[in-house]
Amino acid sequence: MSAVEDVVTEAPAVEAVPKRAMTLGFGTSLVMLALLLLVPLFVKNFIIFQLTMLLIYGLAVLALNILTGGSGQFSLGQSAFYAVGAYTSAILMEHADMNYALTLPIAGIICFAFGFLFGQPALRLSGVYLALATFALATAMPQLLKLGFFEHWTGGVQGLVVTKPDAPFGLPMSQDMWLYYFTLAITVGIYVASVNLLRSRSGRAFMAIRDNEIAASAMGVDVALYKTLAFGVSAGITGVAGGLGAIAVQFVAPDGYTITLAISLFLGMVVGGVGWLPGSIVGSAFIIFVPNIAEGISKGLSGAVFGVLLFLVIFLVPHGARQVAMVAQQLIGKLKK
Amino acid sequence: MPAIHLRLGAFSAALALLAATSSASLAQKKYDTGATDTEIKIGNIMPYSGPASAYGVIGKTEEAYFRKVNAEGGINGRKITFISYDDAYSPPKTVEQARKLVESDEVLMIFNSLGTPPNSAIQKYMNQKKVPQLFVATGATKWNDPKEFPWTMGWQPNYQSESTIYAKYILKSKPDAKIAVLYQNDDYGKDYLKGFKDGLGAKAASMIVMEESYEVSEPTIDSHIVKLKSTGADVFFNITTPKFAAQAIKKNAEIGWKPLHFLNNVSASIGSVIKPAGFDNAQDIISSNYLKDPTDQQWKNDKGMIAWNEFLDKYYPEANRADASVMYAYTVAQGLVHVLKACGDDLSRENIMKQAASIRDLELGGLLPGVKVNTSATDFAPISQLQLMKFKGDHWDLFGEIINADVGG
Repeated sequence: MSAVEDVVTEAPAVEAVPKRAMTLGFGTSLVMLALLLLVPLFVKNFIIFQLTMLLIYGLAVLALNILTGGSGQFSLGQSAFYAVGAYTSAILMEHADMNYALTLPIAGIICFAFGFLFGQPALRLSGVYLALATFALATAMPQLLKLGFFEHWTGGVQGLVVTKPDAPFGLPMSQDMWLYYFTLAITVGIYVASVNLLRSRSGRAFMAIRDNEIAASAMGVDVALYKTLAFGVSAGITGVAGGLGAIAVQFVAPDGYTITLAISLFLGMVVGGVGWLPGSIVGSAFIIFVPNIAEGISKGLSGAVFGVLLFLVIFLVPHGARQVAMVAQQLIGKLKK
Repeated sequence: MPAIHLRLGAFSAALALLAATSSASLAQKKYDTGATDTEIKIGNIMPYSGPASAYGVIGKTEEAYFRKVNAEGGINGRKITFISYDDAYSPPKTVEQARKLVESDEVLMIFNSLGTPPNSAIQKYMNQKKVPQLFVATGATKWNDPKEFPWTMGWQPNYQSESTIYAKYILKSKPDAKIAVLYQNDDYGKDYLKGFKDGLGAKAASMIVMEESYEVSEPTIDSHIVKLKSTGADVFFNITTPKFAAQAIKKNAEIGWKPLHFLNNVSASIGSVIKPAGFDNAQDIISSNYLKDPTDQQWKNDKGMIAWNEFLDKYYPEANRADASVMYAYTVAQGLVHVLKACGDDLSRENIMKQAASIRDLELGGLLPGVKVNTSATDFAPISQLQLMKFKGDHWDLFGEIINADVGG
């Protein structure tokens, strides 16, 4: 078997997902949105804060989903982009007294550039090798943030404390609730944009690359450009999520953005269903709430319990939330008949 | 989810009503959220998982100690409910857990949460909410700042006060010393180094011939030791965590470098540092402490040590008695019990901070004889006394007086 044949017959890294199966139906989306809009009115501030974090991690998982589910590239380095976004927002808010809302597009742009540049050398790598290269980025990031050279801005190991914004125009809502709706608006905006991106020419190019690189380039897709572009978009969205995270948590420190975060995001993507964008929220819920459940079951063995739960999910529903949703859809279809 | 929380809301409203009526009938009793006639709810956050999970034993020991307090009748008739959550040493998770404790579990205070970055992450929140963040488990100097953060208080002697003590000792006993420093490249190492330089004052620049740093992720620090030896320094200040401290002591002996060796108290444990490094290699090392080292034979018949052993036998038999964290947790839990007793029937958050800030000469069984806990409205560093000690044979010989070194944040 020649080398060329070898490449061609190699199974694609990510299973092909039909375009329509990547999103939710219009009606279901509206129901979800209504739920997300109404729930905060009935719960405590602490739950609202958790829901805000749910949306923020959901965004970060979504970004990874575009990269892996969309263009078929792996990344274990999302925590690095998340950290850059968080620090960009925090530094602009605390040192330059900038409005929190304005820091987010800047965080997004900086991360987009960072991801695009990182995508260049990453072009030469694929599959597990690419995963390792991004892994290196994730391990290096907390160390870089501690460097004495940046310490004046980053606060070194001590981190930076961020001021939480009040609701504008004298709206009668708590800081948490305002931040939740602010995050929700951004999340919905980015979600809609992502869905449209994947339905567009560029999205088709991403998926063509994912399914078969050689075939894609034969059809005239600029593989190098679209691969780096996917990295850039993914990093940009992660950066916005990081910025929002910094505002919600009110604190940034190198210890918050270790490799554990990158692995959590990766895990969220797998649990939510690779390539299924709405699954990002489910994946995010998994990485936020399941550790708490595990801790509730056994304090000393929380890690082991978490492992068992994760194993069960992967074993029973290997395609994550997407599989569950599809089964549910079939059941509903049967009931209608 | 909404229905459940509405019900919870109604329940807590009923509770609040109950609390309101009961406090009306007994005018002198005062409660904030988390305290009632029968219960005091204490929150705690520990890294039970993750890179710092070795410290999780502190939370377990505290839980055992409060079980003992409850078994003996509680505090002024009230039982302690100790709710401890895992944050895996990740600041965003700490914020989530702190909010859960304050807003969902409705604790009276958060006690002895561990680590500098996690505590930094929640400091502002706790002070905004006016919930005590009492006796935090970190040696950073910044917790002693009652003006900016009146709801946050430290516990153990901070790193800067300790290294100031070494600096003063060097200035007195070896004024022409050439000093080599090895430190861990993080907040802990830098805090120590700063205190040391401040202590040496104007002479710091001329006396310190080399500052070498290492990363926690390095497998061994041997090469740093060789480099430090080559400077010809005759004093060595060893700012390292236990694993590296043992390596440094061993390597020093191997390459025949015999400077006057100062070891930070973080790594003064005989069980986890000196013994693995070898008693012969560790002779004449100088360090300092405020706690009794349970592996040190000289305390075998000490009253405080016997009480500690009895407590562990009954309530936490599986504890590793060579672990200094167990002694630490025991002592800080006693400190909290002292504060709660002093509060009497006024368990408002304000009164807790007030009582915590008016501890006078409190002596606890686990502290070295002569070390006393002292606080005031302007001094939020409860323990700021240490005693120097020199390693002789198989134990630490305490020498000199108890030294007071208060450093503000």
